[in-house]
Amino acid sequence: MPALCRDCFASAEALPSPCPACGSRRVLSHPELFRLAVAHVDADAFFASIEKRDRPELRAKPVIVGGGRRGVVAAACYVARLSGVRSAMPMFKALAACPHAVVIRPDMAKYAAAARAIRALMERLTPLVQPLSIDEAVLDLSGTEALHRAPPALVLARFARDVEREVGVTVSIGLAPNRLLAKLAAGRDKPRGFAVLSAEEGRAWLAGQPPAVLPGIGPALARKLAAQGFATLGQIAALTEAEAAQRLGPEGPALAARARGEDSRPVSPERETRSVSAETTFEADLSALPDLERALWRMAEKLARRLAEKRLAAAGIVLKLKTARFALRTRATRLPAPTALPETLFAAARPLLAREADGTAFRLIGLGAQPLAPIEQADRGDLADPEAPRRAARHRAIEALRAKFGEDAVKRGRSLG
Amino acid sequence: MKFSVDRAVLLKALAHVQSVVERRNTIPILANVLLAASDAGLRLTATDMEIAVVEEIPGVTVARPGRATAPAATLYEMVRNLPEGAKIELDHPGGDAPLALRAGRFATSLMVLPVEDFPAMTDGKLPHRFTLPAATLRDLIDRTRFAISTEETRYYLNGIYLHAAESDGQKVLRAVATDGHRLARVEEPLPEGAAGMPGVIVPRKTVLEVRKLAEETQDEIEIRLSDTKIRFTIGPVSLTSKLIDGTFPEYERVIPRGNDKILRVGKKEFAEAVKRVSAISTERQRPVKLTMDRNHLLLTASSPEQGQAQEEMDEGSVSYEAGPLEIGFQARYLTDITDQATDKLEFRFADGAAPTIVTDLARPEALYVLMPMRV
Repeated sequence: MPALCRDCFASAEALPSPCPACGSRRVLSHPELFRLAVAHVDADAFFASIEKRDRPELRAKPVIVGGGRRGVVAAACYVARLSGVRSAMPMFKALAACPHAVVIRPDMAKYAAAARAIRALMERLTPLVQPLSIDEAVLDLSGTEALHRAPPALVLARFARDVEREVGVTVSIGLAPNRLLAKLAAGRDKPRGFAVLSAEEGRAWLAGQPPAVLPGIGPALARKLAAQGFATLGQIAALTEAEAAQRLGPEGPALAARARGEDSRPVSPERETRSVSAETTFEADLSALPDLERALWRMAEKLARRLAEKRLAAAGIVLKLKTARFALRTRATRLPAPTALPETLFAAARPLLAREADGTAFRLIGLGAQPLAPIEQADRGDLADPEAPRRAARHRAIEALRAKFGEDAVKRGRSLG
Repeated sequence: MKFSVDRAVLLKALAHVQSVVERRNTIPILANVLLAASDAGLRLTATDMEIAVVEEIPGVTVARPGRATAPAATLYEMVRNLPEGAKIELDHPGGDAPLALRAGRFATSLMVLPVEDFPAMTDGKLPHRFTLPAATLRDLIDRTRFAISTEETRYYLNGIYLHAAESDGQKVLRAVATDGHRLARVEEPLPEGAAGMPGVIVPRKTVLEVRKLAEETQDEIEIRLSDTKIRFTIGPVSLTSKLIDGTFPEYERVIPRGNDKILRVGKKEFAEAVKRVSAISTERQRPVKLTMDRNHLLLTASSPEQGQAQEEMDEGSVSYEAGPLEIGFQARYLTDITDQATDKLEFRFADGAAPTIVTDLARPEALYVLMPMRV
């Protein structure tokens, strides 16, 4: 049976465990191991893992990330989960279950940076990466074998190692013939897991499971199905298309197909991204408009760069401010035309900022692009600004120099303040 | 302060000044009108800190000179609702005492705010002075104001750029407005005294107020200005406004020079066709497409929900000699121009994606530039 070692990446048509080359017990074998190409990748207890990475003394302790305004668990480490703590649980319940837990306020900027690093590693594997949330994505590696000179399973095993080394957190991977089975597989072997599920295995496994196991079947639908006598997915899977439509309504045939483990959704890198943003927390609170404007300018530069990376432009902007007392203020405006230029983003955000700069002390400023537009529509200029395309070209040239020679190779006068 | 005045006289003056008072404002004194009675007559002032309107009313019987401020909207409503021909007496003993208004059997006392708090906006030197016939000023405004931008980011587009320029060797006074998608440029022979004037951007609200005031007169309107302020004196009313502190774009660069595909079209027929065809879509942004061939023009518009509409125009009202061309414009941009045009329009195209020039053949002093839409 085809197999690979997840530590030394030895692979063969058969491999005993422990691995003869490195002694690792993490040997993965499956009849279709080198034929499957759709992977679901899920970071393990993402926020909590990042906190543990940054504070090694917490490694063996139960860590809960959460609190803040909503007072719920955003993430719980595996130690805390042993006591019954779960994501989205109200904080008081979590602390009742695990009184010794270390509670950490979420630092979204830090998690987003780690998520971007992981995303960048994914994008080296295939262009077909579809992020599902900050810590989850699905990848289609079909046809990448020639490029990587290795089958997807091996490429993914290396990717998991790279994430551990470069980002300092672990991921769990599900490898399957489609998105549905990949997701189910990823949930089977957590944390630091790698599970493989073929179509036949998926179907056989699902048949014995209660309907609620299937993603998309919530409590309400599960009750409805139970009321109709469906105790397992196998019963739903056995329905013909006509029966499914008759008994379960217009969505019935699609539900029956999923109960059989079938899923024809493509992995589409079409951005689910609705907004791109940049934000920063100040070392000391700021209240004077010139200080805030300097910070805004840096955010405009950062946002422009992130937009360019994603080949997107801002058709509108959102200014975000957090006061020293943690009150959040967001102000949005549509732009007359899409832009990806820092000076245009800045000019649009500046009047919004000026209205808020009433002496209030702020601890955080952020600038987001929303809605988004394709970069091709950006900075085409108009009768009042025929220079825009040239400014855009100049900006791209500066960015290219920076990419080649480093951030400080070219600086704008404004950022030297 | 104590004086009496005819209802009609006071009503007209109040209508002029209260129009600049912002309905929603956070500074209470700005909701008030300043009444100043002296031996010369009555003077009313209202301001929103950007614009101040002052009206002199002669023929007022002043019993006791003095000054007071009262809520402009309330005062206007009351005076408006008094019977025609009523004689109104206003009496303010001074200080914090309320302002008494009496007319026949009607009597009211209005709360006042301190006169000293009323902001003075009309100070400062206005070194440049010229006059324009009211009709000329109306024309400059009417043929440019629709192109004024309301976009906040490019605040320097939120007004009409008024400046002295040279056009074919002639010295002219130019009014220019653009929102980026269209540009309107209208010129008049440069009036005496305007030669050394700086280019100024007159804010939208000022333009609209001046236009209202200019409606009622046929006289010369006096314009005085500095780098930061402009004053229009229209009969007994003078309106002083701050100017937009910004740099208007170098608009000459976006006016194309080499457009050589020329369409001439009867204004009335064209305007009506545009209105009929564009009625297919309620969506403002949808374009009307012009398809041209020798002496033939086809207007089309479509909407995914409602369907498609088209109208043909030929030799009778169209002349076009160049090769086939397709180009789209937002319908409202076309009707904004036809609304101001007299008889025949001339379009000068380069191609379907480049800025197009539109002129009124009978009145070449107005020039429009339109950005096409993709169709």
